[in-house]
Amino acid sequence: MDVKAEILGSYNAKVFKNRKDHILRINKAEAENPEIAANTRAIPGIMTNRGCCYAGCKGVVVGPLKDAVTITHGPIGCGFYSWGTRRNKARPDEDGRNFIQYCFSTDMQEPDIVFGGDKKLRAAIREAMEIFKPRSILICSTCPVGLIGDDIHSVAAEAEREYGITCVAFSCEGYKGVSQSGGHHIANNGLMKRIIGSNDLAPTGKYPVNLLGEYNIGGDGWEVERILRRIGYDVVSVFTGDGSVQAISRAHTATLNLVQCHRSINYVAEMMKTAYGTDWLKVNFIGLKSISGSLRNLAQYFGAEELMERTEEVIAGETAAIADDMAFFREKLQGKTAALFVGGSRSHHYQELLSEYGVSTVLAGYEFAHRDDYEGREIIPAIREDADSKNIEQAEIMKDEKRYRVFLSPQRYEELKNTIGLEDYKGMIRDMPDGTYVVDDLNHFETGVFADLLKPDIFFSGIKDKYVLQKGGTLSRQLHSYDYSGPYAGYKGAVVFGRDLVMGLQAPAWGMVSPPWKINAEKSAAEGQRDSHA
Amino acid sequence: MLDLTPKEISPRNALRINPCKTCQPVGALYAALGVRRCMPHSHGSQGCVSYHRSLLTRHFKEPAIAASSSFTEGASVFGGGANLRTAVKNIFDIYDPDVIAVHTTCLSETIGDDLSTIILDMQVPEGKVVVHANTPSYVGSHVTGYANMLAGFIRYLARGESSSGGAAAVLPGFLNPGDLRELKRLLKLVGLPFVMFPDQSGVMDAPMTNTYEMYPQGGAAIEDIRALGSCAKALALGFFACAEPADVLEKKCKVPNLVLPLPIGIMATDELVMAAAEAAGTQVPAELEEERGRLLDLMLDANPYFYDKKVAVYGDPDTVAGLTGFVLELGMRPAYVLTGTPGEAFTRGIDAQLERFGVKGCKVKAGADLFELHQWIKNEPVDLLLGTSYGKQISKAEDIPLVRAGFPILDRYGHSYMPIVGYRGGMLLAEKIAGALMDRQDRDAADEDLDVVM
Repeated sequence: MDVKAEILGSYNAKVFKNRKDHILRINKAEAENPEIAANTRAIPGIMTNRGCCYAGCKGVVVGPLKDAVTITHGPIGCGFYSWGTRRNKARPDEDGRNFIQYCFSTDMQEPDIVFGGDKKLRAAIREAMEIFKPRSILICSTCPVGLIGDDIHSVAAEAEREYGITCVAFSCEGYKGVSQSGGHHIANNGLMKRIIGSNDLAPTGKYPVNLLGEYNIGGDGWEVERILRRIGYDVVSVFTGDGSVQAISRAHTATLNLVQCHRSINYVAEMMKTAYGTDWLKVNFIGLKSISGSLRNLAQYFGAEELMERTEEVIAGETAAIADDMAFFREKLQGKTAALFVGGSRSHHYQELLSEYGVSTVLAGYEFAHRDDYEGREIIPAIREDADSKNIEQAEIMKDEKRYRVFLSPQRYEELKNTIGLEDYKGMIRDMPDGTYVVDDLNHFETGVFADLLKPDIFFSGIKDKYVLQKGGTLSRQLHSYDYSGPYAGYKGAVVFGRDLVMGLQAPAWGMVSPPWKINAEKSAAEGQRDSHA
Repeated sequence: MLDLTPKEISPRNALRINPCKTCQPVGALYAALGVRRCMPHSHGSQGCVSYHRSLLTRHFKEPAIAASSSFTEGASVFGGGANLRTAVKNIFDIYDPDVIAVHTTCLSETIGDDLSTIILDMQVPEGKVVVHANTPSYVGSHVTGYANMLAGFIRYLARGESSSGGAAAVLPGFLNPGDLRELKRLLKLVGLPFVMFPDQSGVMDAPMTNTYEMYPQGGAAIEDIRALGSCAKALALGFFACAEPADVLEKKCKVPNLVLPLPIGIMATDELVMAAAEAAGTQVPAELEEERGRLLDLMLDANPYFYDKKVAVYGDPDTVAGLTGFVLELGMRPAYVLTGTPGEAFTRGIDAQLERFGVKGCKVKAGADLFELHQWIKNEPVDLLLGTSYGKQISKAEDIPLVRAGFPILDRYGHSYMPIVGYRGGMLLAEKIAGALMDRQDRDAADEDLDVVM
């Protein structure tokens, strides 16, 4: 059965033409690493799961910075919807500044739209200063702000002069780009141009690293930091889960950037390489093999004997500590199948962990990824720019002569590119076996068809799909919010993940959905049929 | 929790902190989900509808469908007409609804897309309908968005020459499916033939069957909405959510209306019951009177635990008005009553209720936010919070019990099935409030003071 053909057969000509290149059925004999269409406009009227530029900028990258007052400049909705809904956990540092529980908005009204909203934004900043005296204020704009032409960047510059704070504005109007992805890029640009590199306080540890693209959903970042610290790394900053403007201002003092979510943060990694010479390494802290592999690569990078030894010790200890639990849940999950539709990294990251539980992935897709997330970074030069991607600024970054440092010899750098995949990401498709499906920007209709025809035991997606799938009899777990559980990262997270899947599959209610009188009626109908045949 | 909120209150005119409202489009979307085989459609960038569907799903724990015009920068400059035409074609092709209910956003309103004209010039398949409402996010709140979508449907569809057989039109405010089921039961008991619009029951509380129905059995049918125009009378429940659409119905089809408060608590429910009985020409049935009596019995039984307890009520204006009325009837003392939705009518209404019960010194505010409520509480605490999930932060910070009621409730299950309207809803609510207050009393009691019998 070809699900792709089923789906495309239901579409009108224009939708067919668009969607056919976003859906792949893997056939290695035909193509080892086939091309997929990605990061293109969603079709009006099609129930896409995608969000907007603001959601990517404020909701994903900027919002988790806990020591900043992040003001949404716009009508109330956007600020409200991104208030406490993503589970990017944060604890206050010693200074007690944690604004994560708060929602700040200029709550623009009609006169602000007609006469301009910059006055209100200025007043809002003044009020924030009076009440909270923050060291930084971040401003995120919403759709109408760009249309009416409020100059939020000069308001931010004024605020810096007047109050002596860091104030950065992000022009992340919802209509920019084609998904959240444009917003990630805009956020990356702002952090790079205005915050990273502004504080030269040297790291205290011997092996200083930054953790990029880790948003501490359900406490993931804390579990990863726990492991890194056990081995002896100094985590200078995290982008941006439980992160702070204070910490990322020092990010350039770290030796290496670890990139967890490639899609949302690879721009910072690249720009820091240009400006400060910081190398980056793609890591994955989901699933035992991936974690251990990432840790070994990391130790290889620094090349210190003590690190390599300690790494093996920690891997052995952590793995042994969870072995019984893993085996217990594996026994219950063995042979199940899963579909994954998440943002721009998790659909790849979780396949390894699932396979460690004996669960095979039959469908994987990204909501807002680019072709490189599917096909690997080597195709980046081949990606055609279109009108929408051109609208997202490519920040011009210069080498910072004063702060530029090279850690590896050119020879070692080349060697590590080959051995540990330094500064590379191979994408998801290569890891997908024959017969599986890869779908970009999976929509409501396609989700239903895949669920009906592939019948995965577990469908990982988001809140908008969850009950669509559950109503149809498929266990659905949110892989954005972890259904209010977690962490799923790291060794301990792997066990929590396994427990949650077993919990979901074993819910007694699944077995009671068909009422006994219906089952009886079906039985007697079947018996009646047998009798009449006899 | 909320450690940075100072006790000292400084004047604030520009910075909204911890809002107690959201934007119009999500209210419009929810209203449209109360129409059978309807696809709500957001004319804006796709982030809006992603947020709205998420919020509604998190509150109802049900799928919330809606499509988007998916504006890009180009559409924002040149207008979204082409996007809407493409969207409507695709929606009818792929999702096959009977009606598409388009609402605008701050984006499409700012660029000035004229939806009436775009829809008028559009090709709509035979037997299908496209309606719209203007819901700029920089005006009102989700509650006015709900009202505007009701008005939009009525403008497009209600017909004076339709046949409703003398039924009453019932326009319910922003309520849960459980409330709507209770309302319908109550009206049936009174014997009033009625047409209810919108009606999210059956849609936003669909049963688990192992089959996903994109358009579950529920909602007001297009015929029902047409028939509103020939109803003998309209009962509009909730001033903020329903007065405007009732007015539009009156102007368009000359259906006289009666705007009633949401029937929360004894007196507001009495008002509805009497209005319904009068419209139906019936006597209030004994069964309902007994129900009322049982609620009163509970109120008297538990009176010592309610009496003079200070309560903060916050949320949507019509809901808060109803809840305030009920806590007054229980003998509690509202200390703070607020809504994020702007409108002087709110404060006037609440002040009148307080006066009727002789309660003084209560702070009442429309267009307020939860940061301000928290500051008030820091200066003068209360015994109970009554409102939405976002109050849980204050509840934790100040160690004050919270009873959840209203929209949104994002952190509990089952609430959308349980009514707060009618005598039965009152009973459920009173039981919850008493439980919260008595749990607190038990928790705080010294061992020697812990009573097994209370």
